[in-house]
Amino acid sequence: MYNAFDALLDFQQALESRLQSDWLRGATAATGAFPPINVFQQSDNLVAIIELVGVNKSDLEIQAKNNTIRISGKKDVTYPEKVSLHRRERLSGSFDRTLTVPIQIDADRIKAEYRDGVLALFIPRTESDKPRSISIN
Amino acid sequence: MSPQELQVQQKRELEKKQESTVPARVFVPTTDIFETEEALSLIVEMPGVDRAKVDVSVEDGVLTIQGHLDFSKYEGMQPVYTEYNIGHYRRSFSLSNTVDQGRISAEMKDGVLTLVLPKAEEAKPRRISVS
Repeated sequence: MYNAFDALLDFQQALESRLQSDWLRGATAATGAFPPINVFQQSDNLVAIIELVGVNKSDLEIQAKNNTIRISGKKDVTYPEKVSLHRRERLSGSFDRTLTVPIQIDADRIKAEYRDGVLALFIPRTESDKPRSISIN
Repeated sequence: MSPQELQVQQKRELEKKQESTVPARVFVPTTDIFETEEALSLIVEMPGVDRAKVDVSVEDGVLTIQGHLDFSKYEGMQPVYTEYNIGHYRRSFSLSNTVDQGRISAEMKDGVLTLVLPKAEEAKPRRISVS
């Protein structure tokens, strides 16, 4: 029986183990840089989920070339005038990060969705790069 | 002058008083609090939380903010490289009785919740003229 709670726990443990797959090692510039990136495989394609909370969509730029995707922009934190600040935890600043994937991707067909402070990049594999089964005569 | 380079803020896990029955992780959302003459404002960062899944309550002078993450979006996805974990958000603040609890307003944009807690009339500073 499929247990949603077990699946969730497994999933969170998988995220916790900070997967450093060999194929991405050294390919992303500076692990630990902003913004944090998680990469998933969904059937033949890749999905990158990036946390960019509080970034205005118009301050976000995504470029793709060959198998490299660049995410850059800035995050502003502003306060109204004449306030007394009790607690200040949010950070602001600029960011610029590239993600290089070790598969051939169709850069023209990458789809980006920004919602609730999370950017999702749907990265399709090129048809020629997809594995195909070889029949044995 | 170039703006400061943004750093990753490590998520802080909530220390629970009771154990929860669901094994989901709960994080303490990054929060700014500021005060004007009129109101107290809280800016709470909860990436990935839909506005419909935010719950704000005031009970016994304690403001509790909860954000529920929808994990179903991750169905069928195999993590191959990860840098951060995901989970729900929860944080509580004790309020002074100077807040008009009936007029609290909330707005959500880009994963950022803005709460405005207007001050009760008697709590506002008033100018006293000296005759």
